Amino acid sequence: MNARIIEVRHGVLRKNDELARALRARFEAAGVFVVNLVSGPGAGKTALLERTLAALRPELRVAALVGDLATENDATRLARSGAPVRQISTGTTCHLEAQMVADALDGWDLDALDVLFIENVGNLVCPASYDLGERLRVVLFSVTEGEDKPLKYPTIFNSADLALVTKTDIAEAVEFERDLAYRNIHAVRPGLPIIETSARQEDGLDAWLGALRQHHGEAAATV
Amino acid sequence: MHELSIAVSMVEAVCEEAERNGAERVSAVYLKLGALSGVVRDALAFSFDVAAAGTLLEGASLEIEDVPVVVFCPRCRAEQPLPDRLDLRCPACGMPTPDVRQGRELEITAIEIHS
Repeated sequence: MNARIIEVRHGVLRKNDELARALRARFEAAGVFVVNLVSGPGAGKTALLERTLAALRPELRVAALVGDLATENDATRLARSGAPVRQISTGTTCHLEAQMVADALDGWDLDALDVLFIENVGNLVCPASYDLGERLRVVLFSVTEGEDKPLKYPTIFNSADLALVTKTDIAEAVEFERDLAYRNIHAVRPGLPIIETSARQEDGLDAWLGALRQHHGEAAATV
Repeated sequence: MHELSIAVSMVEAVCEEAERNGAERVSAVYLKLGALSGVVRDALAFSFDVAAAGTLLEGASLEIEDVPVVVFCPRCRAEQPLPDRLDLRCPACGMPTPDVRQGRELEITAIEIHS
């Protein structure tokens, strides 16, 4: 038997990356602005999305894909907004991959959409590695999680385009150290824009919706 | 724990490459793993053995080269490797910089095959 070493340069996630690039091209061609929402479990992705879908519906054609390990609870909640919502059950997989998004889009008319939100599986580690073809990646970080989370999970904060600090209505009660949290976010991603929100009290939602409109406008202008 | 999915992707990619080269067996896989890749080294090493079982890669060793984070400092106009703790500022002058030049790698660089 002959032994030899072959040089290869092969990104391990190349298949996902290629598929994500194809999805991105498809979204751009159809004029759909895609937002990937990532966070740990319970940071408030669904609550934020409920408000967001309801607020944007009068002006934009919005829809959502919701990743969840097992239940359809989140999709059921979001469907109440009246926006089209589809569930992606990932089974034992702890993140969404580009192929799952492509499969979930089957039969959907992308030309009839302006903004598509993808709610990722609640997990601060794995979703960071998988490009879903999104234009904007938003990481949510609730005031109850501990200010050092960005240092523990740097990849997900580093790969985000925008951070939302959520549940600010209870910040005082849980003694959230705002300056420390900001310092830690900016240690792993200098310059990352941060918006503070409380879906319950609807604080900060205008700033979040404003940022979305701005990014959506920029995306539309570059196509 | 997405290391198992990643290990499965690795094994698939290596099998394709090995078969293209007429290999009967793969004895080693060389991987560059960035500190900012989001992949845990030990979990990947464990998952690799599981994913390799029953394939051309069964029993292959996984040789991991750890790649430190290197940032570009606009003030020093130089690439600077970061010390262990991740803090994206220039280790020389302290300027924060989001410009990561190295450290996101998750890349197979070579395989050792037997034919």
